[in-house]
Amino acid sequence: MNAPVRELSYSQAIKEAMAIAMENDERVVLMGEDIGVYGGAFQVTGDLVERFGTDRVMDTPISELGGAGVAVGAAVTGLRPIFEFQFSDFAALAMEQIVNQAAKMRYMLGGAVSVPLVMRFPAGSGTGAAAQHSQSLEAWLGHVPGLKVIQPATPHDVKGMLLAAVADPDPVMIFEHKLLYKMKGPVPEGHYTVPLDKADVRRQGRDVTIVATSIMVHKALEAAGQLAAEGIEAEVVDLRSIRPIDGETIIASVKKTTRLICVYEGVKTLGVGAEISALIAESEAFDYLDAPIVRLGGSETPIPYNPELEKAAVPQVPDILAASRDLVRGAR
Amino acid sequence: MAAQARAAQADAVPQDGDASNLPFIYRTYSREQLLAALHRMHLIRQFEEGAEESYMRGLIHGTMHLSIGQEASAMGICMPLSKEDQITSTHRGHGHCIAKGAEVSRMFAEFFGKTTGYCAGRGGSMHIADVTTGNLGANGIVGGGLPIAVGAALTAKRLKTGKVVVCFFGDGANNEGAFHEALNMAAVWKLPVVFVCENNGYGMSTSTARSTAVANIADRAAAYGMPGVIVDGNVLSDVAEASHDAVERARRGEGPTLIECKTYRYRGHSKSDRNRYRTKDEIEDWMNNRDPIVRYEAQLQEFGIATRGELDAVQEAVRQEIAAGIEFAKESPMPELSGLADNVYTAEVSR
Repeated sequence: MNAPVRELSYSQAIKEAMAIAMENDERVVLMGEDIGVYGGAFQVTGDLVERFGTDRVMDTPISELGGAGVAVGAAVTGLRPIFEFQFSDFAALAMEQIVNQAAKMRYMLGGAVSVPLVMRFPAGSGTGAAAQHSQSLEAWLGHVPGLKVIQPATPHDVKGMLLAAVADPDPVMIFEHKLLYKMKGPVPEGHYTVPLDKADVRRQGRDVTIVATSIMVHKALEAAGQLAAEGIEAEVVDLRSIRPIDGETIIASVKKTTRLICVYEGVKTLGVGAEISALIAESEAFDYLDAPIVRLGGSETPIPYNPELEKAAVPQVPDILAASRDLVRGAR
Repeated sequence: MAAQARAAQADAVPQDGDASNLPFIYRTYSREQLLAALHRMHLIRQFEEGAEESYMRGLIHGTMHLSIGQEASAMGICMPLSKEDQITSTHRGHGHCIAKGAEVSRMFAEFFGKTTGYCAGRGGSMHIADVTTGNLGANGIVGGGLPIAVGAALTAKRLKTGKVVVCFFGDGANNEGAFHEALNMAAVWKLPVVFVCENNGYGMSTSTARSTAVANIADRAAAYGMPGVIVDGNVLSDVAEASHDAVERARRGEGPTLIECKTYRYRGHSKSDRNRYRTKDEIEDWMNNRDPIVRYEAQLQEFGIATRGELDAVQEAVRQEIAAGIEFAKESPMPELSGLADNVYTAEVSR
C-alpha cells in the first residue's frame, strides 16, 4: 500500500520525520540551542515543543561542547537524542565529544555499548553569513571511523534518512544545506526509511558521470538538462552518504560513461572529491576512463561576505557545464 | 549498596558503647561491608602495583596513570552507590573501576591486550570500563567524561530509572570548558549527578596553585548554584559521608553536588614522569603520614572492628586474587588480526 504523497519543503520533511520518530519512541528527544519556542535558528523544529513539551524538545544553553557530550551520554545510556547545531561551523566547538567520544566509544569499550545518536548540521554557503556560518565541514567528520555521515539532497531523502538515522544504533551526522530548507519536493506520508549507505542515480546518461553531494545534486541536474540540449547525456549520481561511500554505484556509472566529475561545496583540496577520485583510480573503472577526473570543489578560501564573491567561492552550474563540455569533447 | 547500607544500620558496629560519636561509615555499614571496602582498597593498590610491575617487565605496553595513594577517594565515593548507579571515570581510573565492582582478572587481561579484557583488548588502561557494574568508562581526554555523565543523568531523570551518576575527574579537568558547561547544565536541569574532583594537587606537573584561580575547586560550585563540599580524600569515612549526602540529594531530585577530595598520587603522572615538580619530602610526607589504607586500618583496629591478624588476612587474600588475575591475563588469548575492524560500528558497514 503506497502512502499518499504531498509536496513538502526540506525543512518540513525533517520536522515531520522528527515528529514521527518521537511519536513512535518515547526515548527520542530533541536537543539544541533555541529549538523550543523559538523553533530553531532555521525554523526546522518549529512548533514541536508545543506537541511534545520542553522535556522532549530541550533548549540547551549555548554550550556546544557540553551539549554534544550530554547527547553522547544520553545516547549511551538509553535515550535516542537528535542534537541540532545552529550552524555546522559550531561543530568546531564540539569536535572533542563527536570525534573522541561518540565515534570511538563502542570500539574503545570492545563493543560493550552503542551510541545511537543523531546530530544535525545546517551547512553551506549562500546566505550571506560569511566565513564562520557558511562552511561545508562534512569531510572533517567523514574522516572519522565510527561515524556515519550523510548529506540528503531532497525532502524525500532527508525524511527517510533521518528516520533511518534515528533507528540506527550508531552516531549519524546529517549535513543539511541551508539553501535546501525551502526547496519543495514529493514526500510520502507516514514512516519510511532511505538507506544510509546507498548513492542514488538521479539521472541516467552515457557520456559523463557527475557525482554530486547535497545542493550540488540540483546544480548538476540543472547542468545536465542544458547539456542534453547540446547532445551530451550526463549521468548524475547523488552520493547521499560520504561515510560510508557507495563505491559500487559510482564505479558502475564510471564504467558506463568513462568520464567523471565530482562536484561538492566543501573546500576542494583533501575533500570528498579526492576520495571519490581515488576510489575510481583504485578500482577496475580506472581502465575505462577516457579522460582525466575533474574535481569541482569550494575555493581555497574562507567563504566571503560579498554575494558575488560568495557565489564564486563554490561550484556553480556554468562550472559544471564547462567541465562537462571539455571532458566529453576531449579538450582535457 | 545503598539499600543494604540502610538495612545494615541495625547491626552497624560497634556493639558496645555509644556509637553516635563514631565517624559516618562505622555508624552506617556492617562489619562485613567495612571489611569489603578495605578489601577493595587493597585490591586497587595491589592491582596498580601489579600492573606497574607487569609494565616494567614488558608485559604491558603503552602507558598508564596510577592512582596509588588515592584509594579512599575511589572507594569512599562508591560505597553509597548501588550496582545500577553509574560512573564516568578518568585516565587515572583503575581505582574507580575496581571500587565500582569490576574484576581485576579482566582488568589485567585488558591491560595485557587480551580478548578476555573488559574492552576485548581495544581500550587498555586509559579506556578501562565495566558497563555491567555501571562504569561507563575511563577517558583519555581530560574533562571528556563530564558532559557524558550529565547525559547519563539526563537519561536517568527522563526514563525515571532512579539511578544516580557519579562523575570522577581530576583537578586538571576543572580548567576545561567541558567542566563548566557540564556543571551548568546539570544544575539548570537539576540532574541526579555527583561531580567528584579528585584533587591530587597537580595536573601533570602544574600545581593547582599555578593553574587554578580559586583556592579550592569546590569553590567553583557556587558559580553553578550547587553545594560544594571539601573532604580529606584520604579518610574513607569522610569521603563516603560526603558521597552519601550528595547521592541522597541527587536521588531526591534536588540536583547535583560538587565534592572535592583532597588527595595525592604517590607515583608520577604517567610512566614518563621524572618527578621534577615535587620534592621528595612532600611525597614522603603523604606516604608516611597520610596514607588512606594505613589510616583506615588504624580506625578499624581502634574501633574494635578487626584485629591486625584479620587485616593481614584481607591483604593476603588480595595478594592471591592479584596473582590469579595476572595469571588469567597471561594465559588469555590475543585478539585475531582479522578482528581489527570489529565494533567500529554496531552492525557491519559496507565500504
